[in-house]
Amino acid sequence: MITLSDYLILGAVLFCLSVAGIFINRKNVIILLMSIELMLLAVNFNFIAFSRYQGNEIGQVFVFFILTVAAAEAAIGLAILVVLFRNRGTINVSDLDTMKG
Amino acid sequence: MGFEKFLFYLFAAILVFAAARVITVRNPVHAVLFLVLAFFNSAVLWMLLEAEFLAIVLVLVYVGAVMVLFLFVVMMLDINVAPLREGFIKYLPVGVAVALVIVIEMVLVLGSGFFDSVQFAGPPPHPADYSNTKALGTLLYTEYLYPFEIAAVILLVAMVAAITLTLRRREGVKQQDPSRQVRVRRQDRVRLVKMDPDKRA
Repeated sequence: MITLSDYLILGAVLFCLSVAGIFINRKNVIILLMSIELMLLAVNFNFIAFSRYQGNEIGQVFVFFILTVAAAEAAIGLAILVVLFRNRGTINVSDLDTMKG
Repeated sequence: MGFEKFLFYLFAAILVFAAARVITVRNPVHAVLFLVLAFFNSAVLWMLLEAEFLAIVLVLVYVGAVMVLFLFVVMMLDINVAPLREGFIKYLPVGVAVALVIVIEMVLVLGSGFFDSVQFAGPPPHPADYSNTKALGTLLYTEYLYPFEIAAVILLVAMVAAITLTLRRREGVKQQDPSRQVRVRRQDRVRLVKMDPDKRA
């Protein structure tokens, strides 16, 4: 019998993997964006598990909106990345220090 | 119930493996492909949770559009990967330590008995004529209509923003701009000059 805590622990493990990914890949903007997508996936797991085990669909409605916002954010993030690469020629985060005082 | 549990553990194991490879693999294209694998496995797990509509939406929209967009961008940018990996070994112990602390704390809370099958006994599986899409649609179009419209506006804003950021106009291409043509004023175009008539030589 799969319990709620199984799904919640799976969500927690995915979240921690994405946090570790942000720590480790702090220079590569694309892997950072992908770690953020993993974080959103972990949160979606939480919502859907609770929605199932409480017997209504409200959690799934919220996941719908999370997916919408995640898609919008991925599109704008990648557009910024493309413009950045056009102007700087690199996606190394440590080269983005032109506003440093 | 045993087969369902086996399926859950199988797909959860592949999902965690794929997520771990996303953050550790050297080639960004491989990282995107591992993320696609992770999304496919989570779609199957969501189907186990009887959220079929969202599982299909994940595959169609997230994998089919967002991940393809990631793949386009990763393949289009000619990235030199070597300088991006130089912090990897240095920050690996810190990253693993922080992630371990977070996961141990969360497992202690989540596995503690507040969320087990006594407190949250799963409701019985839905009858055969239950349509998850229909139930979600009923909710979205009645109770949650306003957030639905706001989500549509968010998507519009994202589209306009992405186009505005990346649109380039080519230099030296001659084009008409009708709004500028309509806004022309007479005094910018016509200038009356008083001249004496030419005298016959």
